[in-house]
Formats: sequence, structure tokens, C-alpha cells
Amino acid sequence: MQPTDIHNPNYFHKVVDCQWACPAHTPVPEYIRLIAQERYTEAYMINWESNVFPGILGRTCDRPCEPACRRVRTEEKPVAICRLKRVAADHKGDITPYLPKVPQKKNGKRIALLGAGPASLAVARDLLPLGYSVDMFDRDPGGGGMMRSQIPAFRLPKDVLEEEVDLIVNMGVNTHYNYEITSMKEMLDMDYDAYFVGTGAPRGRDLDIPGRKEVSKHISIGIDWLSSVAFGHTTSISGKVIVMGGGNTAMDCCRTSNRLGAESVTVVVRSAFDVMKASDWEKEDAMAEGIPILNNRPPKEFVHDNGKLKGVVFGRVKPVEVDGRLKYVPTGEPDVYIEANHILMAIGQENHCPWIERDLGIEFDKWDCPVIDEDSLQSTHEKIYFGGDSAFGPENIIWASAHAHKAAISIHLFCQGKDPKHDRPPEAVNLISQKMGLHEWSYDAEHDPSQRHIVPHADLKRSLDNIKVEVELGFDEDLGFKEAQRCLNCDVQTVFTEKLCIECDACVDICPMDCITFTPNAPEAELRTALTAPAETLEQDLYVSETLPTNRVMVKDEDLCLHCGLCAERCPTNAWDMQKSIIHIPQLSSYAE
Amino acid sequence: MTFVPKPAARHPLLKTNEIGLTRRDYEAIVSTLCAGCGHDSVSAAVIQACHELSIPPHQFAKVSGIGCSSKTPSYFLGNAHGFNSVHGRMPSIATGAYLANKELKYIGISGDGDSASIGLGQFAHIIRRKVDMCYIVDNNGTYGLTKGQFSATNDRGSTSKRGVPNLYAPIDLVSLAIQLGASFVARSFSGDKQQLIPLIKAAVLHKGFAFIDVISPCVMFNNHEGSTKSYSHVRNHTEPVVDANLIMPRDEIAVEYEEGTTISVPMHDGSELHLRKLSDSYEPNDRVSALTYVQKAQEEGEIVTGLLFLEEDAVDCHDILGTTDTPFNGLAQESLCPGAEKLEQINDSLR
Ligand SMILES: Cc1cc2nc3c(=O)[nH]c(=O)nc-3n(C[C@H](O)[C@H](O)[C@H](O)COP(=O)(O)OP(=O)(O)OC[C@H]3O[C@@H](n4cnc5c(N)ncnc54)[C@H](O)[C@@H]3O)c2cc1C
Ligand SMILES: Cc1ncc(C[n+]2csc(CCOP(=O)(O)OP(=O)(O)O)c2C)c(N)n1
Ligand code: SF4
Ligand code: SF4
Ligand code: SF4
Ligand SMILES: [Mg+2]
Repeated sequence: MQPTDIHNPNYFHKVVDCQWACPAHTPVPEYIRLIAQERYTEAYMINWESNVFPGILGRTCDRPCEPACRRVRTEEKPVAICRLKRVAADHKGDITPYLPKVPQKKNGKRIALLGAGPASLAVARDLLPLGYSVDMFDRDPGGGGMMRSQIPAFRLPKDVLEEEVDLIVNMGVNTHYNYEITSMKEMLDMDYDAYFVGTGAPRGRDLDIPGRKEVSKHISIGIDWLSSVAFGHTTSISGKVIVMGGGNTAMDCCRTSNRLGAESVTVVVRSAFDVMKASDWEKEDAMAEGIPILNNRPPKEFVHDNGKLKGVVFGRVKPVEVDGRLKYVPTGEPDVYIEANHILMAIGQENHCPWIERDLGIEFDKWDCPVIDEDSLQSTHEKIYFGGDSAFGPENIIWASAHAHKAAISIHLFCQGKDPKHDRPPEAVNLISQKMGLHEWSYDAEHDPSQRHIVPHADLKRSLDNIKVEVELGFDEDLGFKEAQRCLNCDVQTVFTEKLCIECDACVDICPMDCITFTPNAPEAELRTALTAPAETLEQDLYVSETLPTNRVMVKDEDLCLHCGLCAERCPTNAWDMQKSIIHIPQLSSYAE
Repeated sequence: MTFVPKPAARHPLLKTNEIGLTRRDYEAIVSTLCAGCGHDSVSAAVIQACHELSIPPHQFAKVSGIGCSSKTPSYFLGNAHGFNSVHGRMPSIATGAYLANKELKYIGISGDGDSASIGLGQFAHIIRRKVDMCYIVDNNGTYGLTKGQFSATNDRGSTSKRGVPNLYAPIDLVSLAIQLGASFVARSFSGDKQQLIPLIKAAVLHKGFAFIDVISPCVMFNNHEGSTKSYSHVRNHTEPVVDANLIMPRDEIAVEYEEGTTISVPMHDGSELHLRKLSDSYEPNDRVSALTYVQKAQEEGEIVTGLLFLEEDAVDCHDILGTTDTPFNGLAQESLCPGAEKLEQINDSLR
């Protein structure tokens, strides 16, 4: 193998599993250390810069970082990264001194943001400090998009939502609420310098099976129903409710029904439990509230009596693997009939924009999705950018933030006459030694073997009685500290300097995880078999040195490194050093100075 | 010195041996030796070797004298028996222990000061008495613990850290051991675990006195330019002559040796020791020829390594003395202390 180029920003970035997995590349271990030091405000600001909505995300994020966390491999349960984000938000002090300054004098460029969801809000936050005038349009009476209209209050209290939405709006966004956009052409006629389309994926899918039309007054589309609950138009639901679908919308629908007076609630899913789209914790929470989830039951027919819904007939299937893909085949058992008075349909959403005329130079592909450049998020019309759910279909809040940062840079480049795709600033990495003295590191290197701490929940009866009672209570400072200590500081890297190495094996002998091997060089596959303890998964790279005097190379498998620093402690010549990698992910704020 | 304890976390795929233990189960507390000390590598090799042998840690007894090297039994086999004796006196303790209980596997760790200076007499006599043990000298040519005086194995002309040359000729422990009747004599280097681990395994299984001289650099006092026991000097001057490989009953024999170069020695536990000659003229079963070869190389400044001498079917001191196979702790009070009447009988028989 070629010697590893540790100055390639991706190399060490990848070692920080959580940061690499986070769409917005939040520097997770950095803020976790700050939490352990009770520096909540700074921890909050690190999050705010990367992901824009720490308080909201600390409760609702889809958390791709957690399954990626190194701790899953070294132990089993990841660090509760998402809940620690909430700790920072819950315990922070006054953040105003840390907020970017928005200049009084505008730079003369006007930007239109279509939709007021997280994507548009984050674009606004990035653009305002550079002097842009930002106009934001939404049909809803307030900002926040689906964070306001969909996510129920028992998961995301209104005050938490409003604090973070208002923070941005108050930076100087010109809001145009209750504004239904019906024509893109009309918007273009307003002659903004650039447009950001952040209108989300607002159309819920429907299901056409026998009886659908006849019982339509007993059927609600899940997302429409949730928003009418959120805006106070719907306050109760009666009788037996069936929620169809296995995603997070289905989980929110069933838990909301449970709180609004349903006699019984059943979730019926056509696929298997393990492959349901809903996050594990959403499923767990729904089940903990006593809601049954029935799997492998595709709906066949709505049974009714002259338009009055009686129930639904479901078939029975079982998953079988055909060529590595799951296929559902009928089990041959008789169908099941479940009584119902109301159906909530939560089987998916579409990013459908009927209001964009198809003759404006904005191309759409065969699935009716806009054609977008992945690096710049520019559409085929140079002034128009997409982000959030409207870009590539329904995702989540953290992807909306990540898209927004990209789009904001593109819009800025475009407004300066530069190329949004090719003039983008590069990523970079800085390495800073953490050595403070003999056996002294500026981070807490010692490995904490404790198990993941459990977040306390509100009393079940109390939360089922009132839809506004938040179910999760969050970690207090003490639990937050304990959980923070589980983080392995994956951003404090083992950096090897070959010319200092005397090949004494001290690092090999001390490493608790058998990461380090000295062996003759070979192609990667062969080299991996020569390792003391070869990795199970090949996601992490091998760190390979230049050839050493004994004609061997040092190979470090990054996979299970605990970043405990023992290799560096035992190295007599400082050939190993623990250095913090700071990954610079370009953001518009770096242009502000 | 390391203050951070080694985490208990381990690689999930770490190999377990036949008795279900991982290498980590053969470890002990974290070493307090200087970072990079060769002795720590020897400890790591002992850990690995004992793990591969699948012998439970509590069936070992570790014995040592005084010195950095003699401290190392604290850093391996935490669950074994042990006795850290006085300077140069480990052989007496080992002999006594072995006479009392021959069922334990004895690993002695000593230094060049401990065995070639103050303890040379004891060293000679434990060999002569053929105690069944694996005796390792961590040889760094210096008194590490007392801050770097030349030891008796330091080569003439080799310099101290301040550049002062050593005026005396060295004692070669390997030559002594061959000459004094050791039945297993090897030399290796702490920086070459591939060679060292099989040697330790074979030495532990060998019946009779097994000696391994391990060149083990002292990074603090004897790893400079001008030293003949530094990492770089040793790397540049070693000549492996006989490769040893222990094939355990459960191992698949994957390697094919060239005809005529390999000697296969059955061990009493069912495993086989394969000796592969790397030098045509070397005869590892012939005491005189082995001694000549080793000494000649020494004169030329070359360090020959590998399994240098092996006597098959060796005897040990219990065989010589005809003493009981049962450890003292397994003997009943009556046999251990047969009483005044029996003593009288014995005395009478000698009058
Ligand atoms: C029930 C449910 C629960 C969810 N839970 C979570 C969760 O826990 N965590 C998570 O990360 N994500 C969750 N999501 C997904 C998340 O809400 C979205 O991915 C995210 O809000 C997308 O942001 P956005 O800015 O792209 O669009 P949106 O948030 O959808 O905002 C788009 C805005 O555009 C407006 N708009 C659309 N069309 C027009 C028009 N023609 N005229 C005027 N205004 C218009 C809409 O009113 C809306 O306010 C959930 C989604 C649903 C449906
Ligand atoms: C009877 C006695 N004399 C002298 C000493 C001082 N002393 C302690 S260790 C040592 C030398 C150790 O050298 P070596 O055995 O080579 O061990 P190393 O530290 O080099 O591994 C000496 C002379 C002592 N402890 N006891
Ligand atoms: S241990 Fe910490 S730094 Fe490493 S992946 Fe998990 S949260 Fe991130
Ligand atoms: S920091 Fe060093 S000693 Fe610790 S696990 Fe990583 S490679 Fe091993
Ligand atoms: S003084 Fe020398 S022998 Fe002793 S621990 Fe330090 S390096 Fe090892
Ligand atoms: Mg010594």
C-alpha cells in the first residue's frame, strides 16, 4: 500500500465516525468534551454553527451519527450523541455575544427563500451576516416548516421550536407568511438575484384499493392530519384507529391518536418489523405506550356499509430473500380482518411542485424530481437552488441544514459572479498536538467502560393525558457528564512519524485493541490478513507508514482505536503523538470576516 | 512509566486458546519500566507464548532476582505464582520451588547483572543441577536499574552513554550454558517476536534446563551509537542460524520444509518442535560444534540467534535424585513428616 496521506482532510475525518456520518459534519467529540467541562454555551454554539437547530435536533434528529459511533464496535451501544446535544441546549447560558453580527448596510443582493422550513431558515442564517436581503415565503402562519406542522409537541415542545426559529427570523428575515406560492414564474418576475426552493415534500401518498373512494370521509392522509392537529384544527379522534405505514409519520400518527381519545390504535405495516422506516427509538416509544405494531400485512380492501367504514382486510405475507433482496410472498394463511372507524394513511411523501411551470428552464427528471447538481444544489436554471426535502425527496432536518450550507455558498458564489460548482472552497485539516507534559494530555484519555445511560421519561399516564407533555426528559447535568465521558475522543488522532521510530514494539505491546502491526508491506487485502487482529468491517482505513529500516511498515487499523493515547505514552521517541484533527468544512460564515 | 491503566476493552475478534482464554487473560498490571524498554517486549512475548500454549496462568510460577528485568514478572501472568527474590539468587529459589513442586511450569527472568555479575555462581549451579525451567536473561549489557553501569556481558570497546569505552571482555552466557550442560540453549532479540515466541514456547515445554539469552536494549542507558546492545546495532549484526517452530497437536502444518534442512523433535506433550537450519555448517545437536560456532561468530562481532543447542531426552534434577513426582502440597502429613521412629531408622542405617 501507499503511505497514508494524513493531510488529506478526509483521512482523519473518516476516523471521527460520528462527524463523518453527520450530514452537516458536526464536530461531535469537540462539543461532547465541552459538555463534560460544563461549558454548555460553547457546546451549543459549535452545534449551532454546524447544524443550526441544536435544541430541536437534540430531541428529534434522525442521528445517523449514532449507528456509526465507534463505541458500537468497541462495545455495543453508541454514545448518546443526540441526547448530549440536548444537554448543551437545555443548559446553555446567554448565546447573544456569540452570534454573528448582521450588517445594517445591505450588500445590495436580494434572495428569495420559498418555504420557511429548516432548509430555508438555515440558508437565511448563513446569508444574513454577509449583508444579503432575504425574503422568505410560506403558506403557513409561522416559520419552521414540518418541524412546526408535523412533529408533535410531545416530542418537540413549541417553545424549543420557536426559540431557534425566531433566533434566525430576528436576524432580519423579511417574512411573508400565509403566502401560497402558486407560480414560479410569478416569483421570477419579482426579480430576485437568486432563489432557494425549500418547499419540502408536502404531498402524502395515497393507496388505491377497493373501497377507498367509498370510505374517503373516514380516511386522513397522515401528514395532513398531523398538521391540522399541530395548528389546532383537530383536537380529537374517536373510535378504532388503524394507522397504515411503518415510518416515523406512522409513529407520530399513532402516538398522537393515542393522546386524542382513540378507543384503540393499531399500526399495520406491509413489511417486516426490522425493515420498517421508523427509527428504532420511535418504534420503542410507540410500543411502550401500548400500541401494537402488526407486520407483514399488506392491505387488500376497505370493508364498509354504504360508505361507513367497518374495517380493513389485510393479507398475510412473509419476507424471503431472493438474490439478496427481500421479497414478500403470501403465506397461504387466511386474510385478517381488523375493525376500524378511522384510517390514518402514512405510507410516504413526495416532493411534488405543481406550481413550478415546466417551461422556465428548470428541468425535471422522469420521476418528476428537479435535476440538481449534487455539489452546488443548483438547478438547471442558474438562479434557482434546491435544498431540504424538495431536492431529493423526504429526508430529515439534519439533511436540510447540510443542504442549506451548501446552497448558501453556491448563492454567494453566484452573486459574486463565480462558479457555484467549481469555485467552492476546499475542505482542510489541522493537526494540533495534545501533549501537555509527561503523561499529560489536554483531553481525558482514560477509557470509560460504562454502559450507555438511559434517558428518563415522563410518567406514562401524564404524557398520554396531555399531548403537550414532552415524553423524554433529557439528561440532567450529572447524567450528561457521565454519558459524555463515554466518548472516545475519536478526533484526537494517533499521528506517526516514521523517522523517529526505533521499532521497539512498545506501542504494539501496550495497545489494548491490537490496532498496531509492524509487517512487510503488501496490497491492502493481503496486508489486512497480516494484522494481529483483523477488523470485522472494512469501513475504516489502514494507516500505513513509509518503509522502516527493517523493511517493514507500521500498519495501524483505525477500526477499533480507543484514542486512549497509550501508544504515545509508551513510545520512547515520541514517534507516536496524539493530535487533535480539526476538520474545516467550508461554511459561508468563513467569508464573513 | 504509564499512569493511565490499560483499558479492559479488547478486540472482539481476539483469538481464544484451547482453554477459552484470550491473550489479555495472560497479562498483568501495566509495566512501570521506561517506555521502549526491550524488557517489555520480552514480557509481551512471554504472554503470547503462554497463551498459545493453552496452559492456565495459575500453572506457572515466575521467579526472578533484582533489576529492571527481574521486575518484569509483575507485568505478565497476573494470575501465576511468583517469587521476586534477592539479587542474583533467583536460582536458589527456583531450585527449591522446583524440588517442592515439579508440576508447575517455571519461568525465571533475570538480567545480565543478575546472572552474569553478582549471580554467576548461582547461574552455573542451576544449570549443573538441571532444574526443569525456562530461564530467560533480558540481556542489555548494563545495570539498568542502578542507572547504567557496564555489566559483565557488555562487549569490550562498547561505550557508555557518555562515550567511555568498556575495558573488559564480556562473559557470554550462551557459551557458558552450553558448556555447563544446559539441554536447551537459545538466543534471540526482544525486537524479533517472530523468533522469540516459538523459542519461549519450546523452552517452556522442554524437559530440562532451557536457557534463552534475549538481547533486550535498555533505551535509557545503552541504546546509543557506540553501544553493541542497541536496537540498531543488534538489528545489523544478527545472524539467525536455526529457526525453531513449535507445532501444537491442533495446528495444521502448513509449511513445507526443504529436504534435509529440518529436524523434527517430538515434545512430551504431543507437540513437535521443528528446527530448520539456516546455516549449513551448523549442528544444533552437537555441543562442541555448537559452542565453536557461537564463539567464532562472537569473535567476529556477529550475534548468532535461534535455537543454538538442543539435547533430546534430557534428564532433570528429580530424575537424578530419584525424588517423588508428587508435589509436597499433595503429600499427606505422614509421608512428609514420618515421625521420630522413621528418623531413627534412617539414622541407624547410616551408622
Ligand atoms: C410526521 C413527520 C415527522 C417527522 N419527524 C422528524 C424528526 O423527528 N426528525 C427529523 O429530522 N425529521 C423529521 N421529519 C422530516 C422533517 O420534518 C423534514 O425532513 C424537514 O422538515 C424538511 O425541511 P424542509 O425545509 O426541506 O421542508 P419543510 O420542513 O417541509 O418546509 C417546507 C415549507 O414550505 C412550505 N410550502 C410548501 N409548498 C408551498 C407553497 N406552494 N407555497 C407556500 N409555502 C409552501 C410548507 O408550508 C413548509 O412550511 C418528519 C416529517 C414528518 C412528516
Ligand atoms: C546484593 C545487591 N547488590 C547490589 C544491588 C544493586 N543493584 C540493583 S539492580 C542491579 C543490577 C541489575 O542489573 P541487571 O540484572 O542487568 O538488570 P537490568 O536492570 O539491567 O535489567 C544492582 C547492582 C542490589 N540490589 N543487591
Ligand atoms: S466515541 Fe465519541 S467521537 Fe467516537 S464516534 Fe462515538 S461520539 Fe463520535
Ligand atoms: S490510542 Fe494507541 S494504544 Fe490506544 S487504542 Fe489507539 S492505537 Fe491503541
Ligand atoms: S533503565 Fe533501561 S533496563 Fe531499566 S526500564 Fe529503563 S530502559 Fe529498561
Ligand atoms: Mg541488565
